[in-house]
Amino acid sequence: MKVTFPHMGYLWISLKAMLEYLGVEVQEPPPTTKKTLILGSKHAPEFACLPLKLNLGNFMEAAEIGADTILMAGGCGPCRFGYYAQVEYDILQDLGYKYQLVVVEPPEKHISEFLARIRYITGGRPWWQVINAIRFGYMKARVVDDLEKLAQWRRPREITPGSTDQAFSSALQLIIKAGHPRDIPKAKLQGTHLMNQVQVDERKPVVKIGIVGEIYTLLEPFTNLDVERHLGRMGAEVNRSICLSEWINDHLFMGLIKGTRSSKEARRAAPPYLNHFVGGHGQESVGSTVLYAKQGYDGVIQLLPFTCMPEIVAQSILPGVSADLDIPVLTLVVDEQSGDAGTITRLEAFIDLLNRKYQQKEVLA
Amino acid sequence: MKPTVGIPRALLYYEFFPLWNTFLKSLGVSTCVSPCTNKRILANGLKNSVDEACLPIKLAMGHVIELCGKVDYIFLPRIVSVAPREYICPKFLGFPDMVRNAVPNVPKLIDANIDLYHPRSKAQKNLHEIGKLFCSNPMRINRAHKTACQSLISYKKLLQENILPEAAMEIMACKEIVFKNKHSKYDSNGPTIALIGHSYNIYDQHISMDIIGRLKKLGVNVVTAETLPEEIVRQGATILPKKLFWTLGQQSIGSAIHYLSDPAISGIILVSSFGCGPDALTGELIERYIHRTRTIPFLKLTLDEHTGEAGVITRLEAFLDMVYWKAG
Ligand code: SF4
Ligand code: SF4
Repeated sequence: MKVTFPHMGYLWISLKAMLEYLGVEVQEPPPTTKKTLILGSKHAPEFACLPLKLNLGNFMEAAEIGADTILMAGGCGPCRFGYYAQVEYDILQDLGYKYQLVVVEPPEKHISEFLARIRYITGGRPWWQVINAIRFGYMKARVVDDLEKLAQWRRPREITPGSTDQAFSSALQLIIKAGHPRDIPKAKLQGTHLMNQVQVDERKPVVKIGIVGEIYTLLEPFTNLDVERHLGRMGAEVNRSICLSEWINDHLFMGLIKGTRSSKEARRAAPPYLNHFVGGHGQESVGSTVLYAKQGYDGVIQLLPFTCMPEIVAQSILPGVSADLDIPVLTLVVDEQSGDAGTITRLEAFIDLLNRKYQQKEVLA
Repeated sequence: MKPTVGIPRALLYYEFFPLWNTFLKSLGVSTCVSPCTNKRILANGLKNSVDEACLPIKLAMGHVIELCGKVDYIFLPRIVSVAPREYICPKFLGFPDMVRNAVPNVPKLIDANIDLYHPRSKAQKNLHEIGKLFCSNPMRINRAHKTACQSLISYKKLLQENILPEAAMEIMACKEIVFKNKHSKYDSNGPTIALIGHSYNIYDQHISMDIIGRLKKLGVNVVTAETLPEEIVRQGATILPKKLFWTLGQQSIGSAIHYLSDPAISGIILVSSFGCGPDALTGELIERYIHRTRTIPFLKLTLDEHTGEAGVITRLEAFLDMVYWKAG
């Protein structure tokens, strides 16, 4: 059995660590590229959301290098993610792929089924080991998140262009290589050290941008056209409303790990603009925008894949939030045709706008 | 003076109007339905929605706007779920908030939740919330609820007789008991086509370019998910490896699977909106299932505000040619 799973940013680092700790053979898909997208869009339904198309491409590419079992999370709606696995599997079967599919559904209904699926993947490992493995994967996600935050702060302030990203990828390597939970603290220390070595101009004025939107688009640089890096280079400090570890905690562990920033806070900030959950992270997008405005951010960017339902609801509501709380919001819809050039122009225009507002504020203050 | 409640002729209107209308009327409220979709309604909807929204949502926005200034309230319950462990669509969940944001001077919205997601939740409780706005007597609300359910049952029966929604509502409005013979299950001796799609698409004459009327004029019988009893539709959907959590998707898949196994059906038309999220997946499952199981003339129509009538007609004609050719 060679287990694979869809890519979503750095999720693979956690999942791979978790599974390999349990002695499961893992074959993660090759990194998502244009080719993945072409493969996926060719066989996926036209109006499927981009993540589904990329998942499909990932699975097709992983099969070429030996993966034979798909591990996926499920869900119970209202968004499409909960039915991804079944549709993707249907398509793969019609294409003649011989995959086994293991979907880990939320345990709300059948806890026994949930445990059985995990057993299927992990074989006869004792439960304490499974729990340790999960903790291991989660620890990695936390460190990756911390490193990303360091990068988000340093990028707009770096003296040598590109030095932050260089340090970040070296630091990431250290985390990937850590083979045991006990290696994590050291890897984290070294990684942080690497990041701190990046020379910055601490007094440089920077605009602060919050990023909200659909989780996959937020976490997968390929889909969001590397928006964080572009913004950093244009001199903006970004904060992302959802991090990998939070997503893992909320979706894979059902919020079992307490005391982390949770999507609850964002949801609570959404009324009166959006008074009900709408699936995905739609309500969080609205709530986070409110929170960013209150925390004095200069602007918010909403990212969503074409046809993404919860985010279309949020998109319809954000203009009101933006007007009430006086925070500019830019919505970027990505699809398979999205290109760098157009996006960069729009980002630049947005930053110009924020800079002008920022200077006005300074003058008034 | 009696308050007037406006009901947009959009979204789940075609499934639940008799229930809502009877309920409100029994509480002494007058109701007012927006007119059938026309160019102005559509244009207003388009103007006040984000581009990315699907046509039915934009259209519903237009119907809400049409009611502004004419009514005291707009009936726009937040339809979370109408069946256990199922939803309609994320956009339904957010629609009242979208309206509030897009239409600043909108009349008071009746946007209580209709939420039957949890198997123990009761429709009655949801309606009670709404009833309390107009009536302080819980017994009377209860009675109104019972009458409303009765009229929904009669309505569904009429639909199963293959009467179109608007005609069924008319029949109910004038309490006409004797059906004319055009209300028999099949109108003509022509072939029978299964038309699969959300009710707000296929029954809105403007949006669907009157596809049902056109087919009927050409001597074709049309059956839909609504012409089947609910159990049969649900039974059809059980072939899925995992229960589908969208009620409308269940209807589409269940009815498609049922009609596919019915030799009297000589073709299937699948209608969905451009960019519809759930349909992107359910449509795909249906198409793949059809290709695997039976060779039957199949047509997939995607509707949006740019869909040209001419193109639809040409495709319909080509499809019917196939149907007749197959029938020999
Ligand atoms: S949140 Fe958006 S992208 Fe994700 S499954 Fe739902 S519709 Fe697709
Ligand atoms: S089900 Fe489809 S057509 Fe209906 S509101 Fe949702 S996305 Fe739009």
